[in-house]
Amino acid sequence: MKIAACIKRVPDMELRFAIAGDGKSLNPAGMKYDIADFDGYAVEVALRFVEQNSPGEVVVISLGPDGVQETLRKALGMGVDRAVQLKADEVPFDGMAIATALAGELRDGGYDLILFGRMATDSANQAVGPMTAQLLGLPCVTAVSKLEVAGGRGKAQRQLEGATESIEFPLPAVVTIDEGVARPRLPSLKGIMAAKKKPLEVKPAQLGEARLSVVTMELPPDRPPGRIIGEGADAVPELIRLLQTEAKVL
Amino acid sequence: MASTFRGVDFYNLDGLLSEEERAVRDTVRAWVDEHLMPVIGDAYIKGEFPKQLIPGMAELGLYGANLPEEYGCAGLNNVAYGLIMQELERGDSGIRSFASVQGGLVMYPIYAFGSEEQKRRWLPSLAAGKDIGCFGLTEPDYGSNPAGMITTAKETKDGWLLNGAKMWITNGSQATVSIIWAKTGSVDDVKSIRGFIVPTDTKGYTAKDQKGKLSLRASDTSEIVLQDCLVPKDALLPKSGGIKSPLMCLTQARYGIAWGALGAAMACYDEALDYSKNRVMFGKPIGQTQLQQVRLAEMLTEITKAQFLVLQLGRLKDAGTMTPEQVSLAKRNNVNIACECAREARRLLGANGILAEYHSMRHMANLESVYTYEGTHDMHGLILGQAVTGLSAF
Repeated sequence: MKIAACIKRVPDMELRFAIAGDGKSLNPAGMKYDIADFDGYAVEVALRFVEQNSPGEVVVISLGPDGVQETLRKALGMGVDRAVQLKADEVPFDGMAIATALAGELRDGGYDLILFGRMATDSANQAVGPMTAQLLGLPCVTAVSKLEVAGGRGKAQRQLEGATESIEFPLPAVVTIDEGVARPRLPSLKGIMAAKKKPLEVKPAQLGEARLSVVTMELPPDRPPGRIIGEGADAVPELIRLLQTEAKVL
Repeated sequence: MASTFRGVDFYNLDGLLSEEERAVRDTVRAWVDEHLMPVIGDAYIKGEFPKQLIPGMAELGLYGANLPEEYGCAGLNNVAYGLIMQELERGDSGIRSFASVQGGLVMYPIYAFGSEEQKRRWLPSLAAGKDIGCFGLTEPDYGSNPAGMITTAKETKDGWLLNGAKMWITNGSQATVSIIWAKTGSVDDVKSIRGFIVPTDTKGYTAKDQKGKLSLRASDTSEIVLQDCLVPKDALLPKSGGIKSPLMCLTQARYGIAWGALGAAMACYDEALDYSKNRVMFGKPIGQTQLQQVRLAEMLTEITKAQFLVLQLGRLKDAGTMTPEQVSLAKRNNVNIACECAREARRLLGANGILAEYHSMRHMANLESVYTYEGTHDMHGLILGQAVTGLSAF
C-alpha cells in the first residue's frame, strides 16, 4: 500500500497571538509551530495501515517555506518513509491554490490512499482535501473517524450529531481524518536520529491562482469584567431578571 | 487531556539548540505530560515507583540515550541527553533518578569499562528496559568518602566472592542487575577498587527497600547485602580500576542531575507563575503584587542563568573537554537554585502549596535528596575549592 499524508505546519494554538504590523498576518515573534492536530492523526493512520499491511510506503507532503522541513522531519521521526516539501514563500489562504500544487505532486504518485487532516487548525477551511480530490477526479470522504481498507475498497465511518454514517468507496481515494481514529505516536529518540537520514525532497510548488486574500485580521475584544449584583437570596430576583433580559439565556 | 508544559525560555535559548535537540526535548516533554503527570501525585503519596512507565520510557529510547546505536541506544549528543533529564525531572526527580541510574550509572560503566561480550550481553537489554540496573558504591559508613569502602571481592578458583553492604541504592529492590564496587585487595588499598556486574538473583545477594522516606517517594531506595555472593570471573568489569572508575560514572550522573534539577526548577516556576495570575486576593491576582513579582523575577533569573550553565557544559562534554570540576559547579549551582525555586514557589502557592495536587512541595522535598546525593552541595564546594587553590580540604 502506498499512502500519502498531506500535512500543514501551523502555529501552536495555545500560545498567545499578536497581529503583525500589516494588520493581516500573525506576528511571528516568539511563535512556535507544530504539525496541525488532525494532520498528526492522518500520519498515524497512514503508519498503522502500512505496519499492518506491509510492504508499503508512507510519504508526507507539506507546502510552504523551509520551516516546514522541521514538521516533515517530525513525521519522518514518527516512522514515515520519505518526505516532500513543495516550496513556496508562504502558504496561500486560498485552498484551491494549495490543492492545485498538491494535485500536481500527487497525480502520478501511484497512491492508493491520500490522507489529510479534517482541517488545518489555523485556517480551519476544511477545503484543501476535497478540492484536491476534485482536481484528481478521486472519491473523497471527509471527517472520518474510522477507516478500513480491503480488496481495493475502503470503508469509512463519520460521526454525525447523534448518529454514525458508514460509507464505502473504491480506491484510490482521498480521506480526511477526524480525531478518534488513532492518537498520534511521539517520535522516538531513535526515530528522530533516523529521520536525518531519510529522503526529504524539495520541489518548487506549482501553486494555483490565489483568488482569496486576507484583508484584515483582528483579535477578539476583551471580555467585559464580571459584575457582582448582590449577595445571598436577596440577589436572586435581580440575577434572574438579568439572565432573562440581558444575557437572554433563560 | 493533561495540561501542556511549555518550558521557560526567557532568553530564546531554543535558538541555541539544534532542531534534533528540540525534537528530543519536545518528545520527552509530551511523554511526561501524557504519561507521568497524571500518575505522579498518587505514586508519590503511596511511596511507589510507577513501574508501569518503564516500557514506555524504553520505547522512546530514554535509557542510555547518549550511548551508541550499535548497542541498541539512540546515539544522541550530550545536550539532547541533558534535555531528556531536564524534562523527566520536570515531572519528578524520582523518575529522572531511575533513568539517570539506568543510563549513567549502569549502562555507562558497562560501556566504558566492560568487555565487548559484556556490552553485547547487557546494553541492549538495559536500553530496552528488559533489565533494570542499580549502582552499588555508597556504604552505610562511607558516603562522601567512597574510597573508604569495606566491601571486598576475593578471587577464588570459581570466581569472585563478594562480601559487604551497600546503602542508598536507587532502583535497588527492582534491579535485575547490579554494578557492585568492591576492593579486590586490602581495605586500605584504594587502587584495588573494581566494578562487578552482579545479577541480583545471585545467591548471597539481597536487597530491601529503605522505609520512611520523606523525599523521592516515587523512587525505590534500597540497602544491599552481599554475603558470600559468588560471581563468575567474567563478572569483573575488566577496564575498571581504582576509585577513579566509579567517580567517572558519578560525573556522568551528576551531569544529568545538573540538567534535571533545572527541570524541577522550571516546573515550580511555571506552577507559581500560573497560580499568581489566577489566584485573586484583596480583589486582584496575587501576581499583581510587588512581593510575588519579585519572587517570580528571582526564580526566572536563576533559572535562566542555570540554563546557560548546563547548555555550555553540554557543549563542552560533546567537544570532549568537560572537566569533573565543571560538572561539580553545575550540579552544585543548579540543585541549589532548584531548591530555592521550589521553596519560593511553595510559599507563593500559600496553603494550596502543601497539597500533592500541586507539584512544588513534591519537588521541594525531592530536591533535598538531590542536594545530598551524588556528592553533597558541600562536597562539591570543596571540590571547587581544591580546583582553584590546588589545596585539598578533605
